[in-house]
Parts: sequence; C-alpha cells; structure tokens
Amino acid sequence: MKDKLYEYLLMLGDNSMILGHRLSELCGHGPSLETDIALTNISLDLFGQVRSYFQYAAELKGEATEDSIAFLRFDRDYRNVILVEQPNTDFAHVIGRQFLFDAFHLPLLEQLMKSNDEMIAAIAAKSIKESRYHLRFSSSWVKRLGDGTEESHNRMQEAINHLYPLVSELFRETETEKGMKELGIGADLELIKESFDEKVKTILSEATLEIPAVPSRQTNGKTGIHTEQMGFILAELQYMQRAYPNMQW
Amino acid sequence: MKIEDLEKKFQDRIDAGEKIEPKDWMPEKYRKTHIRQISQHAHSEIVGMLPEGNWVTRTPTLRRKVGLLAKVQDEAGHGLYLYSAAETLGISRDEMFRQLHTGKAKYSSIFNYPTMTWADIGTIGWLVDGAAIINQVMLTRTSFGPYARAMVRICKEESFHQRQGFEMILTLCNGTAIQKEMAQDALNRWWWPSLMMFGPRDEESPNTEQSVKWKIKRKTNDELRQQFIDITVEQAKVAGLTIPDPDLKWNEERGHHDFGAIDWSEFWRVVKGNGPLNKERLKARNDAWDNGEWVRDAAMAHSEKQAQKEELKKAV
Ligand SMILES: [Fe+2]
Ligand SMILES: [Fe+2]
Repeated sequence: MKDKLYEYLLMLGDNSMILGHRLSELCGHGPSLETDIALTNISLDLFGQVRSYFQYAAELKGEATEDSIAFLRFDRDYRNVILVEQPNTDFAHVIGRQFLFDAFHLPLLEQLMKSNDEMIAAIAAKSIKESRYHLRFSSSWVKRLGDGTEESHNRMQEAINHLYPLVSELFRETETEKGMKELGIGADLELIKESFDEKVKTILSEATLEIPAVPSRQTNGKTGIHTEQMGFILAELQYMQRAYPNMQW
Repeated sequence: MKIEDLEKKFQDRIDAGEKIEPKDWMPEKYRKTHIRQISQHAHSEIVGMLPEGNWVTRTPTLRRKVGLLAKVQDEAGHGLYLYSAAETLGISRDEMFRQLHTGKAKYSSIFNYPTMTWADIGTIGWLVDGAAIINQVMLTRTSFGPYARAMVRICKEESFHQRQGFEMILTLCNGTAIQKEMAQDALNRWWWPSLMMFGPRDEESPNTEQSVKWKIKRKTNDELRQQFIDITVEQAKVAGLTIPDPDLKWNEERGHHDFGAIDWSEFWRVVKGNGPLNKERLKARNDAWDNGEWVRDAAMAHSEKQAQKEELKKAV
C-alpha cells in the first residue's frame, strides 16, 4: 500500500513538475509582459505543489528528500503523462497544453480534496484555488486565440489537433490509480472525464474550434514510457544534482 | 503666465518637497528626461530577466527553483510598474519597446554579461540587486510622483532579492571547495561590471546638476559607488571571499575604502553595444516581440469582437 501511495504521489508530482518545467522555459520570452508574468506564476504554483507532494513522498519512503525524488530518478522512473512534456512549439501549443491539463487537473483536485489520505486532501485543498485560476486563464486564451484572427484560429486549431489525441492517457487507469481509487485515496478517472469532456466541449465551441476526429494515441507516460523529449528535459532539470552530487545549495 | 514664471513655480514646488503629478504643468525637458530615465529603467528590468531566466530550468533544488522563478517574475512586475509610470508622461509601451528593440534606448549594461554557473545567480542577487537598491533608494523621494511610488514598492522587493542572493552565496561558501571556488569565480567576473553600474565618474557625468535639482539624484555616481563598495567589502568578508582588487584597502582618514582603477574603456565598449552579449540580449527581446505579434493581434481582434457584441446587445 505504501509503495502504491508513493507511486501515486510521483504521478501527481511529476505532472506538475514537467509542466512547470516547460512553462519555466518561457520565462522572459512571452508574447507580452502580462502573459510572461501569468505563465511564470502558473509555473510557480505547480512547483509549489511538487514540493508538497515530494516532501510527503520523501517522508513515506525514508532516506529521500524532495530533491532526490525530483532530480535523481532515472528516465523510466518518471510518471508524468505525455501531454505535459510536449514542447512550447508556439503560444497556441502552450495554451492548448495548459487548457487540456487544467480541465483535467481541477476536477482531479476536487476529488482529491475528499481523499481518505489527509495529506493528499490538504495538498489538494491548497492547490485547488491555483488550479481554478489556471483554468480560467487558459480557457480565456483558448477563446481569444480561437476567436481572434484567422492566423490565431488556425494555430489554435492545429495545437488542439496535435494535443487532443494525447488526453486519452489521462483517463486510462493504471494499476496504481485503480488501487488508490479503491482505497478512497485516489480519484475516479471516469468521473473526471465527464467533467473534462463537458468543459472542453463548452470552451472549444465558444472558441469556434473543433474537437478533432482523430484517433487517440497509445501513450504510457504514467508507466514510464516517455517521448524522446523527456531525456532532454531531464538533462536540464537534473544538471546541477548530477554534475555536483551530494552538496547543499 | 510667462514660461519663466511657470518654471520658477514648478521648481519651488519641488524644493518644497511636493510631488509632480502627470497632469501638472512641467517643463518639456523634465518630461523628456523622465521618459528617458523611467523607460531605460523599465528596459533594464525586462532585459535583466534574461541572464537569470537562463538558469530557471537548471536550479539545483526545488526551493531554489521557486525562489528564482519568483525573483524573475518580480523583475517583470517592476518592468510593468515602470512602463506604466512612463506612460503617464505621454509615451506608449509599444513605442518604448520599439526604442528598446531598435537599440535606440539603453538598459543597464550589466545584463550584457553571461551567467555561466549557478553561482552567478547568487552573485547577481547580491551585487546587482544590491547596487540597484543603492541607486534606487534615493529615487523613492524623487520629485515625479508615479516614479517615486513605483520605487517604494520596487525597493522592498529588490532588498529581498539582495538578501536571497547573498544567502545563496553564503551557502556556497559554507559548502564544498568546488562550491566556494564557483562563488569566488563569479565574484571575480561580476565585481568590476557591478561598480560600473553607478555610471561614469562625476567629472564625466554631465547631467548631475540638473538631476539634483529635480531630485532624480541626491548623491553623485562616485558617492553611490563608494557606498556600495564599503557595504560589499564587509559582506565579502563574512562570506570569506576575496574582492578581486589588489588596491582595495581601508582608508582611515577618509573613512572609506580606497579602490583600484575601473577600466572605463570596457564600460564604454559595453554601453556602445559591444559587450559579451549585447547582440544576444537584443535578439531575445526582438524574437519574443516578433513571435508574439500574432498573439497580441488575436487578443486585440477578440476584444474588438466582444465590444461589437456588447454594442449589438445594447441596440436590441
Ligand atoms: Fe527589479
Ligand atoms: Fe531584483
């Protein structure tokens, strides 16, 4: 049970961490000062959540710290979904990735607030306000880009076409998620999916965008099968801990 | 009223410690000087995000990640307040950006140096934010209201950045030999450029007298530089680091540290655009702007459509 809980915390933390990392790559390079600040802010919130999850995970595991968990695992041991490791191709992809994740993350946290695990419930309760703001931000930009100019509409649609086939992974239940759900610790992905589908349908239609009729992709980030991007993300993320092991910073 | 009378009344208000507000009458030169200074200050905040942003993806710990992201975000916020303060004088943000992107407007030269190691991040907080505070504290009492008020808020955050940076350096100095060496190397590279942040020597700084009258300046470049050196020397001692200046020594008579000659040819080279990374910094700003154009256009188009819908609703 402890192992499963640990694994579950990695899933929650890794999603926030890898998405936060992608957003942090944009810091100082946004299309306007306001969006730059907002995206950095979301990244900050996500890393705050990562710290909570990993501090708890370190406690469970013993002889680990939030940093050893964040920076010293091997590639196959990261548990994030493929959606969050997608690159910052353009602002439409950044917004599309954020929106699809937020539309999943908010109902996830709503359920986790009622988790039988007090720590998870507390972290979710703290994160939910942030997540609500993230979803408001990303939804408003999906609408702005979808219903803006012809160019922005096309770019936003293209981003959704690329990203949408990756969302099915969010709802494909792993053994760990099943176990946690049955213990009343983890979320029921089917319930999240209802709320996710509803939200995506509403926002995309307001944005004059279409849900692409493309098959979902077979991705398994949650069991550690990542894209070729992941190694490069980790090379940066882990650089200091790998180059200068066992030091205080 | 004659222009001379207006100018006298204006100066009397400043002398009496009153704040000048955007709608008040002001001499053209006052307006122009403030637009130039405030926008350059704003540009420095924005370009300053780049050298530190260079390390956000590689921080050694999660705690440092959060600290650095928050710091860089603060700098963006400083840029925002300052652009807003300049806008009250009748220049648009787009126009200020245009001046930055074409190289017409300047920004602090210190940001044209590279951040090569993690210790550079602590050193920037310690020295660069430290020097910025010394320059800026006097601006909290400057005569132009919006600038003074922006500075109050900014100075609080800068002093937090300075403490955070120095704490990072202390951590390195209390760490392994490799870490301490990293900190010393960073100090060696950033020390002289930090001293140059206070600008040319007083003999070569023509604007000082006018600036003092308008309370943009209360102390001269050399006075501020001396103040920075005296404070920083003590901090370096605490950290156990050596300031890379063999001529640095306490002068009992002056009550200040004497220091070696600054290489002003380097200063002018960097100011004129030929520093280590001037081209790269400008390119990064230009790229962000150019790549963001379609996004800004979309936001504009969307808000126009929304406004039209509102109009229609009202008409019905
Ligand atoms: Fe600043
Ligand atoms: Fe700062």
